[in-house]
Amino acid sequence: MSAAEKAAEADTARKGWLLSTPALILLLVGASGPLMIVVVYSFLTPGQYGNVVWKFSSDAWTGIFLTQDIFDGTWHLADAHLSIFWRSVKLALMTTLFTFLVGFPTAWFIATRPPRMRAFYLFLITIPFWTNLLIRTFAINQIIRNEGLLNTALMGIGLIDQPIVIIYTDFAVFLGMTYVYLPLMVLPLFAAIDRFDMRLLEAGYDLYATRFQVLRQVILPIVKPGIIAGSILVFIPALGAYVTPRILGGGRNMMIGNFIELQFGQGRNWPLGASLSVVLLLIVMVALVFYVRVSTREGRSG
Amino acid sequence: MGHSVARTAAIEARRAVKTFGQGASAVHALDDVSLTIENGEFFTLLGPSGCGKTTLLRLIAGFETPTSGHILLDGQEITHLPPNRRPVNTVFQSYALFPHLTVAENIGFGLKMLGRPRGDVAARTAAMLALVKLEAMADRKTSQLSGGQQQRVALARALAPEPKVLLLDEPLSALDLKLRKEMQTELKRLQTETGITFVFVTHDQEEALTMSDRIGVMSGGKLLQVGNPRDIYTRPANRFVASFIGETNFLPATVERGGARLGCGALVEIDPGSASGAITLAIRPEQIRLVEAGEDGAIPARLTDLVYFGTDTHCHLALSDGEEVVARVQSPANGEAGLARGAEVGLRLSPGAAQVLGE
Repeated sequence: MSAAEKAAEADTARKGWLLSTPALILLLVGASGPLMIVVVYSFLTPGQYGNVVWKFSSDAWTGIFLTQDIFDGTWHLADAHLSIFWRSVKLALMTTLFTFLVGFPTAWFIATRPPRMRAFYLFLITIPFWTNLLIRTFAINQIIRNEGLLNTALMGIGLIDQPIVIIYTDFAVFLGMTYVYLPLMVLPLFAAIDRFDMRLLEAGYDLYATRFQVLRQVILPIVKPGIIAGSILVFIPALGAYVTPRILGGGRNMMIGNFIELQFGQGRNWPLGASLSVVLLLIVMVALVFYVRVSTREGRSG
Repeated sequence: MGHSVARTAAIEARRAVKTFGQGASAVHALDDVSLTIENGEFFTLLGPSGCGKTTLLRLIAGFETPTSGHILLDGQEITHLPPNRRPVNTVFQSYALFPHLTVAENIGFGLKMLGRPRGDVAARTAAMLALVKLEAMADRKTSQLSGGQQQRVALARALAPEPKVLLLDEPLSALDLKLRKEMQTELKRLQTETGITFVFVTHDQEEALTMSDRIGVMSGGKLLQVGNPRDIYTRPANRFVASFIGETNFLPATVERGGARLGCGALVEIDPGSASGAITLAIRPEQIRLVEAGEDGAIPARLTDLVYFGTDTHCHLALSDGEEVVARVQSPANGEAGLARGAEVGLRLSPGAAQVLGE
């Protein structure tokens, strides 16, 4: 490469940086700024009526995992907090898994239709986004509550005498989240399956693979990037879900999101809310790192 | 089937019909095809695109089931057996190599699916890599290979499970001319070495002639003629076969005592008793010799054009009744040997050159 070309390339790179400055500033101020405030708040003392007092304290961090007995001052594991974390992770994982189980056949079906029908089905998938999440969640509430559509119908045809209690259980939250996040799984899966060379199916069958083996050995490894993308898109918002557990889980079946909200509201413990937020962020980051490592290990093996 | 030969049929198609769609828009991809492919044979299905050759191959592979009729393998009915339960493997036109697997994993895939022990799979994979001379590429991803190398992997992958029959669906069409010639030789070598029955689909008549033990020529979903390359070339059954394979002159003639009378009045020798009335004769250009005008028994003609092809020169000739004929003569070593446009010449046919065609 000649010196002139090098200079030109360096110039292009410089201009590139210059052009991306607005985005960088926005990221710095809009994303990192609030995050830093949250981290700082988690090391302060809660004020009496909410807000914070500018005095260093690590109580918010120990408070996540430990509680001090009011009477004898001994420390115990904060069971309530841990069970909320565990429920959040469990429900998010279950939602991810179930949206995959339902979303994969759906995406496969759409990707194997003729092009015009494909556009139509994709359009159907996006219809739920037209309505507010809150309204959709209330709609589910109407269906599954004790006097709701489902129970009334089942009792009407005499299948059950007592309403099946779904509302305000973990299952209701799981159901609601699966419904809400399903499109986020279907769309990346569709993109991956759409790129999949269907002729490989015949190659697989021809080489003595059963239908299940073709799925396991040929299809899934090749559409894996889509599975990973869909799982990330579902797992992360599901973990921090707020509206769905609030409306379908009632007060008892809280998830991290609701618990954090509680600290900033009735709990009047902003530092604890802040530290919980950071923990949520860390869980998400651990999950992301895990996904990235899994996907790059696959990529490197060849 | 009256003939009892030592060779047994590897593949048999009995009155196979395949129709796609229904009603008025139905496409008859295969129209009542019966065919026997013998064990250890290099059999080629030859025809233009859309002639049904690939459909027939897919029926044998099991990717399609016939609308009616039967497919037999080694005398066993396999018409409705799924592809993974047929000891038949395919080399796909697009190769269809697994992009997420290495070359070695691709080759071992079939054996792995058959549940062979790991050691056997590894040994067989190594042997196949050696057979197609790709030992150095074992751990590469298939996307890192050239077209010719991918072709070899596809071959090795299909041969690794030692199928009874190997199906090849236009496997050389994506390669450039030089590579294609190499792979033709390579394929022939592999077939001889392994002794596996090859069913090869192509639209390239030269490929078919040079590689095959026998050729089946197809058109419009029908099997028009089956025979060894020499038969197909020298005794085409009809006009389609004659024109699809090599170049041919077609001349209308009338059968008379002692031969066929051309429009220009010349009498041409044909197989006695093979036809009567108005017929069409097929004469290969290389079976026509140019002689001095007025020579005894020669058909008079006028040279209208000369096209130089290197080793050959194509002489375009007009007979006295205006019929056009092309003769292929060896190009003289020096100069044009007195041939010039407009020259009056005589034509002589090699014995047996004129073939009577059925329509």
